[in-house]
Amino acid sequence: MIYTLTIMASKPDLLPGTLDLLILKTLTRAPLHGYGIALAIKRSSDDFLTVEEGSLYPALQRLLLQGWVKAEWKMTETKRRARFYTLTPAGRKQLGVELSRFEQMIAAITRVIENA
Amino acid sequence: MSAFNRLFGKLQLLVRREGFRRDLEEELAFHREQKQEELRGRGVPPEAVRSAAAREVGNPTLQVERSHEVVAFRWETFLRDVRFAFRQLRRAPGFAVAAILMLALGMAASLAFFSFVDAALVRPLPYTQPNQLMDVSESGTLFRRSNISYFDFVDWRRMNHVFSSLEAYAGTGFLLKTPHGSEPVAAAKVSAGFFRVLGIKPYLGRDFSANEDQPNAAKTVMLTYGAWQQRFGGRTNMVGEQVALDGELYTVIGVLPATFEFAPRSSAELWVPLTGTSGCEKRRSCHNLYAVGRLKDGVTVPTALAEMKSIAADLERQYPASNRGQGALVRPLAELIVGDIRPILLMLLAGAGLLLLIACVNVASLLLVRCESRRREIAVRGALGASSARLARQFITEGAVLVLASTVIGVFVAGFAIRLVLKLVPKAILTGMPFLHNVGIHGHTFWFAIAIAVFAGTLFSITPILRLPLKHLRDGLIEGSQGAGSTLWRRLGSNLVVLELAIAVVLLSGAGLLGRSLYRLLHVDLAFQPDHLALMYMALPPVSYAKSEQQVAALRNVMAQLATVPGVQSVSAADLPAMNGNGNTTWMRFVGKPYDGKHQEANQRSISVDYFRTLQTRLLKGRLFTEDDDASKPQVAIINSALARKYFPNEDPIGKQVGDTNLTPSSLKQIVGVVDDIHEAALGDETWPAIYYPFKQSPGTFTGLVIRTSQDEDSVLPALAAAIRKVDPDIGVTGETTMTRVINDSQSAYIHRASAWLVGSFAALALVLGVFGLYGVIAYSVSRRTREIGVRMALGAQRGAVYGLILREAGRLAVFGIVVGLVGSVAAAALIRSLLFNTTAWDPATLLSVALVLGIFSMLAAYLPARRAATIEPARALHAD
Repeated sequence: MIYTLTIMASKPDLLPGTLDLLILKTLTRAPLHGYGIALAIKRSSDDFLTVEEGSLYPALQRLLLQGWVKAEWKMTETKRRARFYTLTPAGRKQLGVELSRFEQMIAAITRVIENA
Repeated sequence: MSAFNRLFGKLQLLVRREGFRRDLEEELAFHREQKQEELRGRGVPPEAVRSAAAREVGNPTLQVERSHEVVAFRWETFLRDVRFAFRQLRRAPGFAVAAILMLALGMAASLAFFSFVDAALVRPLPYTQPNQLMDVSESGTLFRRSNISYFDFVDWRRMNHVFSSLEAYAGTGFLLKTPHGSEPVAAAKVSAGFFRVLGIKPYLGRDFSANEDQPNAAKTVMLTYGAWQQRFGGRTNMVGEQVALDGELYTVIGVLPATFEFAPRSSAELWVPLTGTSGCEKRRSCHNLYAVGRLKDGVTVPTALAEMKSIAADLERQYPASNRGQGALVRPLAELIVGDIRPILLMLLAGAGLLLLIACVNVASLLLVRCESRRREIAVRGALGASSARLARQFITEGAVLVLASTVIGVFVAGFAIRLVLKLVPKAILTGMPFLHNVGIHGHTFWFAIAIAVFAGTLFSITPILRLPLKHLRDGLIEGSQGAGSTLWRRLGSNLVVLELAIAVVLLSGAGLLGRSLYRLLHVDLAFQPDHLALMYMALPPVSYAKSEQQVAALRNVMAQLATVPGVQSVSAADLPAMNGNGNTTWMRFVGKPYDGKHQEANQRSISVDYFRTLQTRLLKGRLFTEDDDASKPQVAIINSALARKYFPNEDPIGKQVGDTNLTPSSLKQIVGVVDDIHEAALGDETWPAIYYPFKQSPGTFTGLVIRTSQDEDSVLPALAAAIRKVDPDIGVTGETTMTRVINDSQSAYIHRASAWLVGSFAALALVLGVFGLYGVIAYSVSRRTREIGVRMALGAQRGAVYGLILREAGRLAVFGIVVGLVGSVAAAALIRSLLFNTTAWDPATLLSVALVLGIFSMLAAYLPARRAATIEPARALHAD
């Protein structure tokens, strides 16, 4: 693990809104608890992205408040109580918005890099 | 997702905040466990798992906090800051109480005086478009503002183009017939449009119509609201009724509103039209009126003044005998009404402001000291993840809490102080300042309070933030950090103390100058014995006492009756007794002396034979009046020494003849005596030439009685008044008082005394605060330098040297403060010069004593910490910390 890109909520200038996008996207597959979300992001990015707990939980609260995710306490496979987050229909819609915004940005950045 | 749903979500979480926190904590605990498991799986040794997980997951409190901030309302964080601030203050109750009280005191003083300034200077007069209203008067050599004669007024009104209306007024008085005898009532006569020019609408009835001020108009009167309530029981059918004034019937046509006030004639209860029919109003040379004019739109004060001056000059050419040297004066009405009190109020406000500044500085330095002792706490909080902004917000909240508490107390105390001041001011003075009725904490004062609070709050938040460069937080943790960083505080704290001491010097020397000035004022040579003198006026009904002989006989009877009252030593009379003020003047011309037509003005008084004996005034030359100087004998006069000095510098005035400006034979009087310069004017006013006539040759219906008593003069007053009424129940008695009270309650004495006391108490407080501040700085410095002093002593420094070290430090600050303060004092004294009586602004004795007082107190303040320093045990000091 040589390069680690740390996504921090307190540095919104670094790919703004990306954390919300990653969380929402991760939840499309299945409901997950906070640790699971962090793990899933880490794994699917081949350990490139690490979500700091200090950013993850505030972000989850924000998403909850917006109504994009729901939370409920359930038992894990290891019989531990954990809070699972589920994507709501509004969250799915929001994911679309975030995705297209992200793609626009990537496209814009790519154009800048290629033309410069 | 609407903002509404979001708000609803926040509200939901607000009601189950505890649950939210529990959920979050459990969630984080779960996360940590998972992490530990993960680490174990990766083969991290079991004993290291716990701390490694903790390191990776991070500060749980901070995370709950951050998540909480997402869902919390902004004010919730604020409330928590406030709660924390309160806890901080409770932990240091001494500091909190001292800071809040100091600040509250400063605020209360400033607010109270601001409310007076506001009522007197900021808020306009209670009339329509008050800025257009001008005080219009004539202007002579002795009086800058002098009365207008009726004829001049009529001409001014006709000839000017600058006023949309010009209305005249004059004071007068009536004997009001009541079931219990005659009562003298203060009144004013005004030209018909007077109330309209001010914009006053009657509460009942109507005001004077255009022709009601004509000589043959039916007699009408308007009542003030107060007179209507107290004298006529507030009867609504009063309008249209008739009242007997001076034995003539007047129809009541209206009642003025309760809010009506007119400071130049504030005691008047009855208002009648000015008809130009009195003896004085039939002569152009007799001046008894003032005028109020409303400027036409677009006309400025200088334009109006220039026009009125040129009209006055025209009249002077046309009527040289009566109008020579009579110019014109036009100035804003507000200046007439509050002009005298403005510099005093501004001075008091400035004094209170300085006190507030000292208080703020003191609190700020207390905050600095506290900051110093909280360095480590701040550093720890910073290390635990509090951001600079978060810490700064905490300081701002603490400052705000401090200021809020002080403001609440300050406003409360100010309200109390205002009521107290109003209660302490003599009624006579309050009556002359009707604008003070609406003094209080409202309107501008309220905003002023907020402005002060914001200023103080800003100061108190910024001070600690400046002091703690938050990016160097870590330094606080690393070293014991005792010595470090305190240089800045020492420098800042010392500068603040110098400022405090300088302000204290300014206030002290201001108080010193005012006190000196008061002393000189109260010790003015009056040329008579003011103690044991009772005073009152008798008003003869003009109809039944129309003839001179009747007036002379009435006075003789009254004086005889008064002499029978137990405790009376001697009885005398004067139309205007001593200390009543310059005025009621005559223009003189002397037989056998060149006359260039310029006004030779002197106070004229008509007195009974025993007047000078009763006052115990010295006769310098010639003789006093005798009972023989009556209407059948040649007219005589006594002059005061000021008149003799001015007009007979190198000759004997006895036997010389004085008359009116035309030397009309009937006006000629022979000077028979010269008396000492009785203080006719109020204390602090200058002594003018004066000329006295025997009452029998110059009688009148309104006469002052001056009675010397052998016992307490106050206790005899009721018996004296009763004695006068025994002669004739229709004689009005008014103005019962004593000479001592006249002198002490006179506006100049009162204002002098009040300002000396007030500035004196500001100065005392400033001294205490300043010395307290100095003590704080020195004590703090000693506590910081314990180790240094220990080293010095261990190396052989004597106790005396340690004393010297500390006292020198304090001495340097004190001297610096005193010098800066003395420079400021001289500047401040120049500003209050107009308020000083016979006292120069640059008064070395005052300045020297102030410097001495402050020096002594400073050394006392430094002595305690110096002693503590000198008793330091070197061994313990070196081990400390």
